[in-house]
Amino acid sequence: MAGHLSVFEIIGPPMVGPSSSHTAGACRIGWAARNILGQPPLQAEVLLHSSFLATGAGHGTPEALVAGLLGFEPDSERLKDALQIARDNGMDVVFGEVDLGPQAHPNSVRLNLAGASATLSLTASSIGGGSVQIDEMNGFPVSIPGTLSALLMSHRDTPGFLARVTAVLACVEINVAGIRTSRRERGAEALTVIEIDGHFPAEVLTLLRSVPAISRLTILPVLPGF
Amino acid sequence: MRYQFRTAAELLAHSEEHSLSIAELTIHAETETGSLAREEIVRKMLDYYQRMKDSVRRGLEITGRSRSGLSGGDSRRVLMHSKQDSVSVLGPVFERAIAYALAVLETNAAFGRIVATPTAGSAGIAPACLLIWQEERRASDEATSAGLFTAAGLGKIIGHGACFSGAQGGCQAEIGSACAMAAAAVCELDGGTPEQAINAAALALQNTLGLICDPIGGYVEAPCMMRNGLFGLHAFGASAISLSGVKSAVPFDEVVSALREVGNKMPRIYKETSEGGLATTPTGLRFKNARPKNGITSSE
Repeated sequence: MAGHLSVFEIIGPPMVGPSSSHTAGACRIGWAARNILGQPPLQAEVLLHSSFLATGAGHGTPEALVAGLLGFEPDSERLKDALQIARDNGMDVVFGEVDLGPQAHPNSVRLNLAGASATLSLTASSIGGGSVQIDEMNGFPVSIPGTLSALLMSHRDTPGFLARVTAVLACVEINVAGIRTSRRERGAEALTVIEIDGHFPAEVLTLLRSVPAISRLTILPVLPGF
Repeated sequence: MRYQFRTAAELLAHSEEHSLSIAELTIHAETETGSLAREEIVRKMLDYYQRMKDSVRRGLEITGRSRSGLSGGDSRRVLMHSKQDSVSVLGPVFERAIAYALAVLETNAAFGRIVATPTAGSAGIAPACLLIWQEERRASDEATSAGLFTAAGLGKIIGHGACFSGAQGGCQAEIGSACAMAAAAVCELDGGTPEQAINAAALALQNTLGLICDPIGGYVEAPCMMRNGLFGLHAFGASAISLSGVKSAVPFDEVVSALREVGNKMPRIYKETSEGGLATTPTGLRFKNARPKNGITSSE
């Protein structure tokens, strides 16, 4: 494991039972997906892999994933009623199964979401103790643990892109903890994830919107409990 | 980065160099890398400790059975027994420690609020050990919650060297980790040196190696609940042995390596799949067949 673990990755999260990986981690994944989508999901296809599929029911995994999609945190006592609350709020949820292959963590899920004006496909795993990792986003491999605020940018792969973005971040005195760009091919669509220490000030989004080549920009806050 | 550690050897070297307890060193390490100030970190951990105590209290009030029927009212039964004449020769504290750990898991099974330490399935051990310690030593919440930093310090070493997930490393990764963390915590709270606290963790962890994750019906109840109840006592035992001056034959870092190795080689049927062990005994299968087939059917 890279970097240093926080004490609150070991002790915590505060959560409702019964399983840190199958309940709290699942809720965090749903929460992250809602925030990355940037709007309430209206339709959600939830595809469960391996252990999530096999033992999810007894652990409230479906409820927890949907609770996260509704914006509930892992210690919300409404988590167990999430499926009903989703129905009451007009969120259309469909469950299914998926085989993500032997390399995927047993506690993995793929979420296909649609909101009023955006869609998102995301694969994530719950790696133990409520810690999670986002493994894939819209076809791009990523590795986002959600322990730091992250800036997610869909953009065209152009020279000088990162220099412009980091210049903006430097102007507002943001300390970058990690950067990863993945692209399909040279000059094509790319996804850059920047993790930072602390929080993004509001003006940073306005500034970044002036950077050419960015097609979509979202901030994923630190996941609840970290 | 003066206070960071990924191994017990590094932890011990830093604690000697800076003359800090494990709890203090862990707080220093957190302020060095995290986004919270010292006071916020300490306050957050105190809040977590108080949430843990609430989860004990709430569990002791449960009288009905859980959704699965596998548990419910058990912590209360043990607590009542601790007050009766037939109490164990080891005394009421011994039984209360069991009751407290069971209580957290009962709260957990009832979809109640707990704090994963390090996981939900092992969340009863540290709260039970710390609450018993607090009651017996008549300590404040503030003083007792320092033990959670000791626990977290040892937990970080396990997290770096192995894992906490039953699905990846078996029950030893969950209960074993919780037990090692709690052993170090009560050892340090009782005045043990960093070396003694790490040694207590080594003793506790090595005694859980090989423990499989075989939850009946896939529920975090049996054998999880009793593993919490009984391994909480184990943590006290490891701490007492270490404080007496007895040393673990194998140092903590090597026990963590063994934990990882055993976890990697453990067959998949013993890793939270409910495809082996107690889960596939005739009794286990009755509960397995009674539950919804998978995550999909429960959503209908």
